Amino acid sequence: MRGDVEAIFGQVVDAARALGVSEIEAIVAGSDEALTRFANNAIHQNVAERTTHLSVRPVIDGRTARASTNRLTREAIREVVAEAIAIAKLTEPDEDLPPLARSAEYQGVERWFEATARATPEERARAVAEAIHAVEAAGQTAAGIYSTGESAFALLNSRGVSARHTETMARFSITAMAADSSGWAKASACNLAALNPLELALTAARKAAGSTTPRELPPGRYTVILEPAAVLDLTGQMFPDFSATAIRDGRSFLRDRIGKQIFGENITIHDDVGHPLQSGAPFDGEGVPRKRLTLVERGVVREVAYSRQAAALAGAVPTGHGFPLPNELGEAPTNIVIAGGETSLEQMVVSTDRGILVTRLWYIREVDPYEKIFTGMTRDGTFLIEGGRVTAGVRNFRFNQGLMEMLSNVEALSAPVRASGEETYDMVAPAMKVREFNFTEVTRF
Amino acid sequence: MKDLALSALDAVARRGVTYADARALEIREREVTTKNGKAGHVSSSESMGIGIRVLAFGCWGFAATDDLSQSGIQSAAVLALEIARAGTAARKQEVTLAPEQKYEATWVSPFQIDPFSIPVDRNLGVLLAVDAELRRVPGVSLAEASMHFERRRQVFASTLGSLIDQTRSMTGAGFAALSYKDGEIQRRSYPNSFGGQYQLKGYELVEELRLLENAPRVAEEAVALHSADQCPEGESDLILDSSQLGLQIHESIGHPIELDRVLGSEANYAGMSFLTLDQLGRLRYGSEIVNVVCDARLEHGPGLGTFAFDDEGVPAQATDIIRGGRFVGYMTSRETAAAIGQSRSNGCMRADGWERLPLIRMTNVSLLAGEQSLEEVFDVDHAIYMETNRSWSIDDKRYNFQFGCEIGWEMRHGKRVRMLKNPSYSGISTEFWNACAAIAGPHHWTLWGVPNCGKGQPEQVMGTGHGASPARFRNIRIGSAYAG
Repeated sequence: MRGDVEAIFGQVVDAARALGVSEIEAIVAGSDEALTRFANNAIHQNVAERTTHLSVRPVIDGRTARASTNRLTREAIREVVAEAIAIAKLTEPDEDLPPLARSAEYQGVERWFEATARATPEERARAVAEAIHAVEAAGQTAAGIYSTGESAFALLNSRGVSARHTETMARFSITAMAADSSGWAKASACNLAALNPLELALTAARKAAGSTTPRELPPGRYTVILEPAAVLDLTGQMFPDFSATAIRDGRSFLRDRIGKQIFGENITIHDDVGHPLQSGAPFDGEGVPRKRLTLVERGVVREVAYSRQAAALAGAVPTGHGFPLPNELGEAPTNIVIAGGETSLEQMVVSTDRGILVTRLWYIREVDPYEKIFTGMTRDGTFLIEGGRVTAGVRNFRFNQGLMEMLSNVEALSAPVRASGEETYDMVAPAMKVREFNFTEVTRF
Repeated sequence: MKDLALSALDAVARRGVTYADARALEIREREVTTKNGKAGHVSSSESMGIGIRVLAFGCWGFAATDDLSQSGIQSAAVLALEIARAGTAARKQEVTLAPEQKYEATWVSPFQIDPFSIPVDRNLGVLLAVDAELRRVPGVSLAEASMHFERRRQVFASTLGSLIDQTRSMTGAGFAALSYKDGEIQRRSYPNSFGGQYQLKGYELVEELRLLENAPRVAEEAVALHSADQCPEGESDLILDSSQLGLQIHESIGHPIELDRVLGSEANYAGMSFLTLDQLGRLRYGSEIVNVVCDARLEHGPGLGTFAFDDEGVPAQATDIIRGGRFVGYMTSRETAAAIGQSRSNGCMRADGWERLPLIRMTNVSLLAGEQSLEEVFDVDHAIYMETNRSWSIDDKRYNFQFGCEIGWEMRHGKRVRMLKNPSYSGISTEFWNACAAIAGPHHWTLWGVPNCGKGQPEQVMGTGHGASPARFRNIRIGSAYAG
């Protein structure tokens, strides 16, 4: 990250004071990230980006606005502060706008790892070459990514908040393609030592090999075994609704459902930024420490997230899940941990007389916001289970599935893992065996 | 800006490359939103940086930085070359590019009113007036309105000798009324969902949209949907409004014709395409009245995919994609055009910022207007008419899709006989387009902007344009979203 955060903030405060404004917040965020992308068994896109930006927000008699820049000269900082103040003054006062947050203690999390931050293009290329070789050896074609990078985030304000977070992140995902089938695997970790690209490549290749000549099954209600990435990408769609502001606005499916049993008794979900498999900053967009929330306990909705503004309106306590102000959405939990069970994926298969094993889901979109019905497709490894074993690949299905129904029909859960998909935040999630999953159409492959 | 681009280009060119380009970019944005009578998001941002792309050792390397000091640019240049060299560890063949000319040009997209000349309080005044109209209708529980303005100046320099200075200004605006009642959420948006209409225009777009005038009707429809019948499940003739048809084009034509998808570049993320190379010139994509173009020229209209040159220095072009129902063209880049033996790129490489690599992206992929009047499009014994997208999903090869819309109408002999809630339809892309029976004429053709198209790793979000007029399709599966 370019520049010294304290020095930048000092210039922000000085610039604001020169314009007669004493209440000011600054976010200084930077990242240094690189991604090696491969397709057709060769590296084809190979990129790196270094960015730093400054974002400032004054509070002036109940008015606020945000201005951002990535120019960090003294003059540019003066300009961005002046812009934020100028547009804030053009808004009407909002009696519900909270003053800037005061400083608070937050739990430290160690999420920066030297090896991840310093990974070179050569290291990524070597790992990619090895993964490609494994897929090629199976007579297949590989495509995927290996990314590494570090980020730094600092939020400071004139009331004493000085919240900092640094983190590294490594991601590897791979799709192995045979003539009429494919397989996929993905993992992410703050410490790249926790990633095993070769193992992921072998998993993808095994799935592609196991799903050749896919059978076409009729749509209908099936018992499904959803691998953790599929659980993540589907259930992850509902967590923006665990927001006091969303409920107040009438756009959350939890309106009139807090305290009610809406899922099965085997479903318990927390938001826990401190979980060892989680990532992210231990404070929110105003610098408020993130609290551990019990979102769902044995199927009953217990807690939702509150920003400072939402908490003030509801007479509740802020939970540390607010987005940077000003915004319309309020808050949301983003460090989801779904409690698991003791049934391994293999045991789920063995216990299934007839069902579908799903590797991942794709293009998931909301069909009904209150019944929480989603549609989407299976992708890259969809298998038929017969008599307790995987017997064939099947053509991909379209589903239209309500989440309340699905999470009431969970028959077994595996131990949770850090799961990574493409449609929502990474989270800690188990595999699930679900009865009567609603497949409504079949596609051509 | 020009000095920056040339300095970056020089930093890599003197180290020895097969080809290189540099894009220096300055982006200015403003977002203003309101929610239930109050300002929501009010923000202003600027971003400036440079992206350096090199072709060396037979491989691509790309590095971007916002450290625009000489040392910052030199460091990015060295990194781009290191990255290209590292790519040789997994190289199958050297990258080759279709030839292109050298261009020196300056181009500014036209607008009548500079959106940044309008003060924020005037933006808020317009949006709050709309908000008040929406909430005047009993039953509206949430009113949201927004404006978004963006200006991008980019200087592109390449080792071909090109130096291209382009400035594009974009405006977006719209609103939505949401109604929660008895365990049901209904929403109506205007003029389109997901933020409204976006075009390569100035503030004049906001005035053209007549936001305030349409607010009462839209709010009333949101509330009335609670009392409407559920869209039936079955087969029916289907009529789509032009905004929904724009998204249908985007998903079931725009993405499949991206040649990088076809060739496997996106296999791990966005997916591939059913339009394999053997289909070009042969596939009956749609009925004979279906004609689709990919057109980035200003003559096509002020779309989000309108420009003078793409992000690898290729001039804007018009390409036939579907002619008389037959599939005849892909969207290409210099690399992919060469890969399939075409002599030239048709200019579809675009990056969503200075920090990202150009990819093949839709420009303006549009269904050309038909010859029917609007009355002829609607003139059937029975059909379901759907307006304004609510959900969209399609498989990773772009065969099977399902769309939901905000509102539906049962039509008999061209007349609306009842409102339908939760309408949806689904199908297979080519079957759907082959069922196209009528397309309204040019008076009803609108060039819609899709501001949020995702593609690539790291993901890039791009604005694309889609022209369409209302059209009718025979025997389409409807109501599938609530099946089972």
